[in-house]
Amino acid sequence: MLLALILVPFAAGLVAFAIRHDRRRRAILVGTAVAHAAMTAVAMFGGKPVEPMGEWLDLDTVGLLFLGITSALFLAASVYAVGYLEREVRSEHRDIEEGLLFANAPEAVFTGCLLLFLSTMTLVTVSHHFGLLWVGVEATTLVTAPLIYFHRHHRSLEAAWKYLLICSVGIALALLGNFFLAVAATRESGMPDPLVLQALLQHARQLNVPWLNAAFLCLLVGYGTKMGLAPMHTWLPDAHSEAPSVVSALLSGALLNCAFLGILRVQQVMEAAGQALFGRQLLVGFGLASLAFAAAFILRQPDYKRMLAYSSVEHMGILALGVGLAGAGTFGAMLHSINHSLAKAMLFLVAGNVLAAYRTKLAPEVRGVVSALPVSGTLWVAGFLAITGSPPFGAFLSEFTILRAALDQHRIGVAITYLALLGLIFVGMASIALKMAQGPAPRHAKEPLLSILPPVVLALPVLALGVYIPPPLDRALREIARTLGGS
Amino acid sequence: MNMWIDSVLVFLVLTNFLLLGSRRLAARIRLSAAQGVLLGVLTILVHADNIGLRTLLLAIGTMTVKAGIFPWLVRRALRETDVRRSVEPFLSYTLSVLTGTLLLGLSIWMSSRLPLPGSQAGSLVVPVAFFSIFAGLLLVVSRKTALMQVLGYLVLENGIYTFGIALAYEQQLLVELGVLLDLLVAVFVMGIIIFHISREFDHIEVDRLSTLTDYHP
Amino acid sequence: MNIAGLVHVVGALIFAPFLLGLINRTKAIFAGRTGPPLFQAYFDLLKLLRKGAVYSRTTTWVFRAGPVVSLAAIVTSLFLVPFGAQPAPLEFEGDLILFAGLLALARFFTVIAALDTGSSFEGMGASREVQFSALAEPPLLLGLATLAPLTGSLSLSGMLAGISGGTWLRAGPALALACAALLVVFLTENARIPVDDPNTHLELTMIHEVMVLDHGGPDLAFIFYGAALKLWVLGAVLIGILAPPQTGLFWDATLRLSGMAALAVLTGIIESTTARLRLVHVPQFLAGAGVLSVLALLLVLR
Repeated sequence: MLLALILVPFAAGLVAFAIRHDRRRRAILVGTAVAHAAMTAVAMFGGKPVEPMGEWLDLDTVGLLFLGITSALFLAASVYAVGYLEREVRSEHRDIEEGLLFANAPEAVFTGCLLLFLSTMTLVTVSHHFGLLWVGVEATTLVTAPLIYFHRHHRSLEAAWKYLLICSVGIALALLGNFFLAVAATRESGMPDPLVLQALLQHARQLNVPWLNAAFLCLLVGYGTKMGLAPMHTWLPDAHSEAPSVVSALLSGALLNCAFLGILRVQQVMEAAGQALFGRQLLVGFGLASLAFAAAFILRQPDYKRMLAYSSVEHMGILALGVGLAGAGTFGAMLHSINHSLAKAMLFLVAGNVLAAYRTKLAPEVRGVVSALPVSGTLWVAGFLAITGSPPFGAFLSEFTILRAALDQHRIGVAITYLALLGLIFVGMASIALKMAQGPAPRHAKEPLLSILPPVVLALPVLALGVYIPPPLDRALREIARTLGGS
Repeated sequence: MNMWIDSVLVFLVLTNFLLLGSRRLAARIRLSAAQGVLLGVLTILVHADNIGLRTLLLAIGTMTVKAGIFPWLVRRALRETDVRRSVEPFLSYTLSVLTGTLLLGLSIWMSSRLPLPGSQAGSLVVPVAFFSIFAGLLLVVSRKTALMQVLGYLVLENGIYTFGIALAYEQQLLVELGVLLDLLVAVFVMGIIIFHISREFDHIEVDRLSTLTDYHP
Repeated sequence: MNIAGLVHVVGALIFAPFLLGLINRTKAIFAGRTGPPLFQAYFDLLKLLRKGAVYSRTTTWVFRAGPVVSLAAIVTSLFLVPFGAQPAPLEFEGDLILFAGLLALARFFTVIAALDTGSSFEGMGASREVQFSALAEPPLLLGLATLAPLTGSLSLSGMLAGISGGTWLRAGPALALACAALLVVFLTENARIPVDDPNTHLELTMIHEVMVLDHGGPDLAFIFYGAALKLWVLGAVLIGILAPPQTGLFWDATLRLSGMAALAVLTGIIESTTARLRLVHVPQFLAGAGVLSVLALLLVLR
């Protein structure tokens, strides 16, 4: 089952490179997405737990959570992508900002890379071996670079180069962290393979502390680069704004989470080894820094896709902060990861619709989205409210939980900074997003079904989670909070 | 045996310094290839008392990939660019070499704070590994052409590989092979993008790739 | 005062100009010529000593003192250099600083004698010479300092005597790096290619030549002889590190004499095969030597 989850999209991706008919390829894309989602659903609700494959591949609750998010997002994105690709084939390929003509990458590359992307992300979620996890994260970088460079012009090339180089350097540091981890574990003679999570957790008390701390630092910085924590986030606004909206949705919603999973795994080891405090302080620090950077750049941001990208930086900061506060904070962070992924993916897809209709990326030039594109407009406003943490959407609950955790631990400074930065971001995004939504519409555009159905489907859980957390989910989140340390 | 390993490591340090200070592209590519050969030799030397099939495979693989395939990929990527014009980097060459000296001192200090328990290769591997990592990062940060950034990344990976060799655990060789494979694909993709950059922009100076920015004066 | 060490001093005084002849003969062979006779340097010295000197009216006593003091300094430094296991006539802890200082004194007096003429030509050469020598000091001192932890001694005699085959086996790379740095210093201090061309007569490319342009007669003989002695002195230090085995006195002497001859031939080969560096690249070349010596020191100290 675990192998199937990884290999089916991988094989489908390779096949997609070879197929020449667009329609058949798109059918494979959606078909694989459905199959993957079905397998994930079976793993989640099937009743009996999935069998691990040796010590290297296993699906625990954390992995299952992120796998579920990834799978759901990919399903929505693949449906959207079918409509998107159809539009791309028929469009003129004139650059929006500069008016020059450009070409697209071959659609086979796009579809193939998307499927490989799903496969490599799945590998990250099910891997319990740090080396294998590293291979997965590195593979996602390599596979998404062509996706960012789908519209072949100089800006997306620039974005793709920055993405590739910065993330590769970061992931190289994460590899160094893996080696440090191996060193920390080699004193333990009973450990044949020191990078297996189970073994590390078992022998955690005997790990060499300086090396373990050094490993954590390297892994935090390395995977943090991939995740978008400041100050390593510099590739994120460029890559997420220049990529097609479908790709941005997946990058923001799924990939950043998977990178975070790498950090979570090593934090697990740190907690078990009694070095939790060191890890938590670093996470809180990076989290608040990300919030600060995001706030600084969201204010008066002219490009609305870049605004969404910085919002991703902000939310990754919130995730890091939550886990750094531990206990209820971890619970909040995990809940927040679901809320953020769904809401951000929906926002990016809606932004894609806005882009297609208005043909401009600058927010000051977009007015009256609600009247021009009724469904997308409503979703845009709803998404803005959700992503900034307003009730009744789910993000409010998760952010509030994290705030309460900070206050419970008497970390008043952290709580005040957190609130202040969230407030700044709210103000910044409001002045951009709401101005876009209101006003008279310049023209009425049509909204193809395939471009509004996925966002609607993504929006509903976000709304629902704000009001009611189903007990199984609640149980799962509590269990995750327990495994990751704290209570 | 230790002296041979020490000599190879000293040569590695020298190649890093030469990379920091050299001006000509052909020389840099050759230095990078030389590092690959040195790493292959180091792999065999470190595991000299139990050379198995995996060690040989890893050593040969390293040498082929780093000394054969990478220079070939780099030359292919540059086929259509005219990169003979050398661009002065952010940090001048002399200053780069002097900074390298400081970084070497820093690496030695750091490795004295993080002693490696029970290593096979003697106490010089960790400082040299750290130094290669720092030198690679310095190259990535201070050079203006995309190609030099890729070379810096390769030096960074060489340093991490050197550190990996110093360890000795069972599944190590498998992981190293996986890393090598990933590195191969990474450089392949980077080569493709450099090719596109050179075609799109008519230069490969990443310093001039500044259209995407939040600075709106 | 070690009497046996005086043998080395006398030998150096006699044989130093022979090295110059060797270098020139090697270069001639490479160029396909027959070249001057091996003892040409002696004939040149005798010729110069027989001539009279002409002094410009713009010069002062400094100009006359320059060649004498620099020769005296170099001869004194000769007393500090050991030959093989024989300690030098003058040895004490830290004498390597005095060694570097004496060489610096010699250079200093050459430079101020050149500046004393008041000609901008010499001033240009002086500034270049001083810059390159300043950059060459760190490799010299650090290269020699590398030997101190290895041999546990702070005096040149102790250091060079303490190096054995075992030291090479233990710290081969560090010693090799130190030797490379000292070779660069050797080439720099003796104004050899790739730093300076001893045969050039173009004002744009002269460094050392231009400073001694105005001296004639016995003064020039002193300078010429001093240059030969400096070649011997630095070469003896380098050979001392490179040729460690300590056997009986006779074999030691033969080994080291042939080592000096080999070094002279090597210098000739380097001069014939490499081109002179552009002046702006010479500081980087010397900085590279400095880095090599720092690396050697770090390797030894860790």
